[in-house]
Amino acid sequence: MGRIRFSLLVAAIAFGGFSLSAKAEDAPEIPPMVTLPDGSKTQEGAKDEDGKWVLPDGTITYHVKKDGGLDWYTYSGFKRYADVGGCQQCHGPAGKGSTFAPALVDSLKTMDYGTFLGIVASGRIRKQGATTYVMPALGDDKNVMCFIEDIYAYLRGRSQGAVNEFRPNTRLRDPKPDHARVYEKECFG
Amino acid sequence: MRKSAFAGALVASAVLVAPAMANDSTQKCISDANNWCIQQHDYAGHRYSTLDQINTKNAGSLQVAWTFATGVLRGHEGSPIVVGNRMFLHTPFPNIVFALNLDDENKIVWKYTPKQDPSVIPVMCCDTVNRGVQWADGKIFLYQADTNLVALDANTGKELWKTTNGDPKRGETGTGAPIVIGDAVLVGMSGAEFGVNCFMTAYDINTGKRLWRAYSNGPDSDILADPNKTMSLGKPIGKNSSIKTWNGDQWKLGGGSIWGYYSWDPKLNLVYYGTGNPSTWNPVQRAGPDGKAIDQKWTMSIMARNPQTGMASWFYQMTPFDEWDFDGVNEMILVDNMKVKGSTHNVLVHFDRNGFAYTVDRKSGIPLVAEKYDPVVNWSTGVDLDPKSKTYGRPAVVAAKSTFLNGTDVNTQNICPAALGTKDEQPAAYSPLTGLFYVPTNHVCMDYEPQKVSYTAGQPYVGATLSMYPPKGESHMGNMIAWDASTGKIVWSNKEQFSVWSGVLTTAGGLACAGTLEGYFKCWDQKDGKLVYKNRTPSGIIGNAMSYGHKGKQYLAILSGVGGWAGIGLAAGLTNPTDGLGAVGGYAGLNAYTSLGGSLTVWSLP
Repeated sequence: MGRIRFSLLVAAIAFGGFSLSAKAEDAPEIPPMVTLPDGSKTQEGAKDEDGKWVLPDGTITYHVKKDGGLDWYTYSGFKRYADVGGCQQCHGPAGKGSTFAPALVDSLKTMDYGTFLGIVASGRIRKQGATTYVMPALGDDKNVMCFIEDIYAYLRGRSQGAVNEFRPNTRLRDPKPDHARVYEKECFG
Repeated sequence: MRKSAFAGALVASAVLVAPAMANDSTQKCISDANNWCIQQHDYAGHRYSTLDQINTKNAGSLQVAWTFATGVLRGHEGSPIVVGNRMFLHTPFPNIVFALNLDDENKIVWKYTPKQDPSVIPVMCCDTVNRGVQWADGKIFLYQADTNLVALDANTGKELWKTTNGDPKRGETGTGAPIVIGDAVLVGMSGAEFGVNCFMTAYDINTGKRLWRAYSNGPDSDILADPNKTMSLGKPIGKNSSIKTWNGDQWKLGGGSIWGYYSWDPKLNLVYYGTGNPSTWNPVQRAGPDGKAIDQKWTMSIMARNPQTGMASWFYQMTPFDEWDFDGVNEMILVDNMKVKGSTHNVLVHFDRNGFAYTVDRKSGIPLVAEKYDPVVNWSTGVDLDPKSKTYGRPAVVAAKSTFLNGTDVNTQNICPAALGTKDEQPAAYSPLTGLFYVPTNHVCMDYEPQKVSYTAGQPYVGATLSMYPPKGESHMGNMIAWDASTGKIVWSNKEQFSVWSGVLTTAGGLACAGTLEGYFKCWDQKDGKLVYKNRTPSGIIGNAMSYGHKGKQYLAILSGVGGWAGIGLAAGLTNPTDGLGAVGGYAGLNAYTSLGGSLTVWSLP
C-alpha cells in the first residue's frame, strides 16, 4: 500500500540520490502483459491493492477488464495525458508521437518507472541534426507530478497493447477509490 | 483587367474623410487592386479583391501558375501578402519570412530566419502556427512565437527594431498577425491555456517603443476602461467591471487571449478585436465566491478601442462564464449602411466560436442580430436581445450541456459546437456584390470532461479532456455557407467532409474561394454556392485564400500545410467504434488524405 510521496521522490532526484540513466547492458526488467483467468489484462505479478494494481517492487501498473473497462489510475492517466494542456499536444494522441516528440508507446517498451519519472521531472534536451527537441522539466507541475503514476500506468498499458488508442469508456471504468481522492487533495494542497 | 470603379470610388471617399494619420501608407497600398498589403486585405476585413479577370464563367480553366515550398512543416495559417512586385511569405515556427521578386522568376530576394529558443514549442497549445506578416510604411512586421515583435526593412530584410512583448516562461506566446494603424502597430498575446492574463499592446512603428497596453481582465487602469464612458449594452460599465466578476484574485490568471484578426474603422477611429477564454477550462474551479457562475469579464468579449491611446469605447461579452472554450477572438468584419430591423447601421459582423453570428452596431456596441449559423448548435437556446430584459445580451444556457452543472470528472456529452467552435480563427469574407458573408464553418460536436488542475507559471492550466465528432446521425464535419447578417439567415450551405479550416476570399469576379482540410482549393459562385473550380494541393489547407495582380494577370493563392488545432488536437480522445457511444472522431479519417507539408500554390487563367 506504500505510495511513494512524490515530494520525497522529487527531493531525492534533486539531491542526485537517484541514478537516472539506465546503462545499455542493464536493460530494465519490465514484466510482460499477462491475461488473468477472468480475462483481464495486467503485468505479470501484479496485485490489486484496493483498486490500485501494483507490481511486487511497488511500481504501479494497469488493469484492463475483459470488457475493456480500465482501473481508476489507468483511466486517470488517460485524462491527464489527453488533457488539452497535457502530453498529447507534443507526444500525439494516445502516445503515438508527432513531429514534436517521440511515440511514447515505443519509448515505454524499454523504459522503467525510475527513468520515466526522471525525464518528466527534469526534462531532456536532445539534438538530432539541425533540430533541437525540448522535453520541458515538469517537476514543479502538480498537474503532472501528482498523477505521474497514473500517466505511467496508462502509457505502460498502451506500450504493451493492453490499452487501445481510443477514449476509455467512462461507463466501464472502475469508480474513483477514496485513497485516490485523498491523495489528489493532499497533493494539490 | 479592370479594377472595379465602384471599389475605387469607395476607397477615395474613405481617404477624404478619414482623420489625418501621420502614416497612411497602408491605405495607399490597399487602394491598388493588384496588391494584398495586409492579411485582412483591408481594415474592414472584407477579404474582397476587386480584381475580376477570373470569374465564375472562366474559373473552370484555372491552372497552377507556380508553387513554392516553405521548407517548414506543421500548420500553415494566414497567407502571403503582395506589395507591388514583392510577395512576402511567412512560416510556422521558426517563423521564417521570405521576400520573393514577382518580376524575376519569383526568386528569393531575402530570407529572414529568426533565432528562437525551441523550448517555446511545448508552450504553444495548438500547434506552432503563425497568422502572417503585415506591411506598412516600407516595413514588414513579424510577431514571433517567442513574443518578439520585429520590424524588417521590406527591401532588404534587415532588422530595424525588435521588442519583446511577453515571456514564454510565463506561458505567453505569439501566433497572431499584428495590425498597423497609423504610426502604431498593435499585437495581441496568447496564453489562456497557461493561466496568462492576456493583453493587447501598441508599439511605435518607427522605434518599437511601447505606446499602451490593455489587459483583458483586471482593474480599470489595467483594462484601459473609463467606468463612466466605456459602454456595454448601452450603459456605462461602471467601476471594477472586470474584477468584481471574478473570484478573488483569479483574474490574475484570467486568460482572455487575443490572437484573431483585427479590424479598424478610420472614421470612428476604433480598432475592433475579440478576447478568448478564461483560464482554466474547468469551470468548477472558476466559480464565484458563492459557488455559482460568475461572468469573468472581459473574457469572451468584443472590444472597441482607440488605437492611439488604447482607451475602450465599448465592450460586449458574448459568453459569460464560459464552460466550453468558446473563445471570442474571431475577426470583426465591418460593413456600412446595413439595413437591420427597419433602420440603417454601420455594423460589425462576427462569427463566434459559440455558434452565434452577431451583427453589432459598431459605434454603440449594441447587438442587433444574434443567430445560430449552424442549426445543430445546442448549448444555448438563443441570445436575449431585449434591452428591457434582466438577461439582456446574454445567451440562455441549456442545463444538460453545462459542464459546470454536470461537474468535475463528469463527461458532459454531445455539446454542439465542439470547443473549436462553429468557426475558429479561419476568417470569413464579405462581398459587396451580394451583400452576403461567406463563412468557413466547423460542423463538429464534443464530449467535455473537466478535471481539477493546479496553476504553475509557464505550465498548462487547462483541465479538460475532449472528444470530437460529427453531429449525431451525420457524417460530414464542415459546411461552407453564405450568410445574410441583416436577417441572421443561412442563404446557401455546402457540405464538406471535414471542417472548412481556411480563410475565405471573395472577388469581384463573383467567386468565393477557400481550402479544405484534405487539401482541396475550391471556388464557388457567390450567388448560389455552385462549385466552379477544384484543385488538390500537396497537404491539407488551414491557410487563407488571397488574390493579387501582376503584369495584367490575376492570381489566386493559398498556403498548404495541415496542422493547427484541427490537425493535432482533434485526433485525441477518439471514441472507440465498438463502444456504440457515437461516431469515431472523423479527424482520424483525415489521415487517409493528407500528411504534413508546407507549400504555396498559385493559380491563374492560362
